[in-house]
Amino acid sequence: MSYSDKVIDHYNNPRNVGSMDKNSGDVGTGLVGAPECGDVMKLQIRVNRDTNVIEEAKFKTFGCGSAIASSSLATEWVKGKTVDEALAIKNMDIVKELSLPPVKIHCSVLAEDAIRAAIGDWKKKQATAKPEAVAVK
Amino acid sequence: MSTDVKIPQELGHTQIPTPKGVKLPIYMDNHATTPMDPRVLEEMLPFFMEKFGNSASRNHSFGWTAEEGVETARERIAKLVGATTKEIVFTSGATESDNLAIKGVAEMYREKGNHIITAVTEHKAVLDTCKRLEKYGYRVTYLPVQKDGLIDLEDLKRAMDDKTILVTIMAANNEIGVLQPIAEIGKLCRERGVIFHSDATQAVGKVPIDVNKQNIDLLSISGHKMYGPKGVGALYVRRKNPRVQISAIIDGGGHERGMRSGTLNVPGIVGLGKACALASEEMSHEAIHLAALRDRLRDRIMNRLDETYINGTMEHRLPGNLNISFAYVEGESLLMGINDIAVSSGSACTSATLEPSYVLKALGTGDDLAHSSIRFGIGRFNTEAEVDYVADRVTETVERLRELSPLYEMAKEGINLKDVKWAGE
Repeated sequence: MSYSDKVIDHYNNPRNVGSMDKNSGDVGTGLVGAPECGDVMKLQIRVNRDTNVIEEAKFKTFGCGSAIASSSLATEWVKGKTVDEALAIKNMDIVKELSLPPVKIHCSVLAEDAIRAAIGDWKKKQATAKPEAVAVK
Repeated sequence: MSTDVKIPQELGHTQIPTPKGVKLPIYMDNHATTPMDPRVLEEMLPFFMEKFGNSASRNHSFGWTAEEGVETARERIAKLVGATTKEIVFTSGATESDNLAIKGVAEMYREKGNHIITAVTEHKAVLDTCKRLEKYGYRVTYLPVQKDGLIDLEDLKRAMDDKTILVTIMAANNEIGVLQPIAEIGKLCRERGVIFHSDATQAVGKVPIDVNKQNIDLLSISGHKMYGPKGVGALYVRRKNPRVQISAIIDGGGHERGMRSGTLNVPGIVGLGKACALASEEMSHEAIHLAALRDRLRDRIMNRLDETYINGTMEHRLPGNLNISFAYVEGESLLMGINDIAVSSGSACTSATLEPSYVLKALGTGDDLAHSSIRFGIGRFNTEAEVDYVADRVTETVERLRELSPLYEMAKEGINLKDVKWAGE
C-alpha cells in the first residue's frame, strides 16, 4: 500500500504528541478504539472555559500509519476552534486531506470519534463543576 | 506539485547510517518468496531458447532434450526428499499440489470414508481446499495447536475414526516457522491406515525431509520458496508401502502418469531441480548459518527492548524464521518506520479485514499482540551486517512508536490493559 505524502509527513513529524493532566478541570480526554482492533487513540484538549476555544491539543495513538496521521491531523485541526466548531469536523474531511484509501476510512472515523469523546468528556466536567466556573453563553 | 514522476518515499527517521556492504532495501521476507539463486537461473536459461522443446514430444530431439532436462530435475527432487522418480508429479506450485493431494485423495477414497483431519494453522491452500470439500459433504476436523504452535498428538489420535481417509499437516509453518512432529504423525497414520499428506512448502531444502523415515504419503513442494522459480512445484505421491492413488484435478492428455495433465513448464522444472540439488548439498551447513543469524537478530532486538515476545516454539523451528510481537506498537506502523527493510506483519491492517493473523490467534496470542507482530525470514543471501542493521532499525522504530503509544503510557502507569473497558469493544 502506498501512503500519501501527507500521511508520511504526519508519521515522520507527528504534531502535538503527548499528554495532559486528565484530572484538570479544563482538559477533556477521549480514549477510543480497542487494542484487539489494532487501533487506540487518545486525544486530549484544553479548553478556555470563557471562550470555549480549544487552546491546546495532544494525542497518542496505537495504530497504523493512517491512524497516527488521522489523529495527528485531528489535533492540528481542533486547535484554535471553539468546541462547537470542532464538533463539526467530519471524518470524510480527514479522508480527503490525507487521501486515505477505502480500507483506511475507519481510521478517520476513529479520529472523529476521538474528538467527540474529548469534547464530551470536557463538557461533562463543566456540567459537574461549580456553577461560577461554567461559561455562560 | 507534479505527480507524474514517482518520487521514492522517504520514510522513517533513522539515526543509523547504512553500514558498509549493506544495500538498501534489505530483503528479509524469505517466507513470502526467495530470490532465485544465480546457479538456478544459469541452469534454466538454455531451456528457453535452445532446448525449448515440449518434453512430451516423443519423436524428435527437441522433445528428447527437454525430457532429459525434466528427468534430471525429477531425480534431484526425488533425492532431496528420499523418494523415487516415479513418485514426483510436477505442478504449478505448492498451492496446486495441496489441491491435488487433498481433492485427489478425497475423490479417490470416497467409498472408504469422508473424514479429513487438518490443523487450524495450515496455509490457506489447505484450509480453503478443505472448506470446499465440506461443501461437497466431507467432514473436516481442524485440530487446535498449543501455545507453542505444535499440535497435540493425543488430539490427532482422538480425532481419527473409521471414516478418516486423510490427515494433512504442514511440515513447517509459514508465519511462525514451527516444525510439526511429522514423523510421529506419519507413524500414527500408518498404524491406522490413513493417508498422510504434508504441505512441506517451507520445509523442503531447509530441514531434512525423508518420506520413508517420516512415513509421508503425499508431500507438496514449492520452487519459489527455495531459491527456485515461481510458478512451479511438485507433489510426491507414494507408490509403495502403501500405494497411494489420487484422482487428477486437471484433465487433458494424461501427463505425469495421468495425475496432472498439461505441457510441462520445462525451464521451471529444471530450475526447481537445480534448487533441490543445491539444497541437498548445502542444506546442513546453511541451516547452522541461518540459525546463527536468526539468533543474533533475536538477541540484538530482545536485549534492548522490553515486552517483546516470540511467537511459536524456538525449539522446533525453521532456522531462518523469527516472529516477534512488540507490545504497545502496531505492526503496520512499525513496518512503515522500517520501509528500507522487507518483512511482514501479522497485523490486520495489512489485510482487508480487521482480523489479525489467524495463526497467531490459534496460539492464543491476544489480538493486540497479534497486531504487533513482525515476521522475519532470513535466507541464503542475508548477511550479518544486514541482520545488525535490521535489529537496530527495528529497535529504534519500536522505541519511537512507544513514545506515541497510549497503551505504552498506560502500561507504564501500572494500568493493566486487560482490565480497561475499551470504547471500541
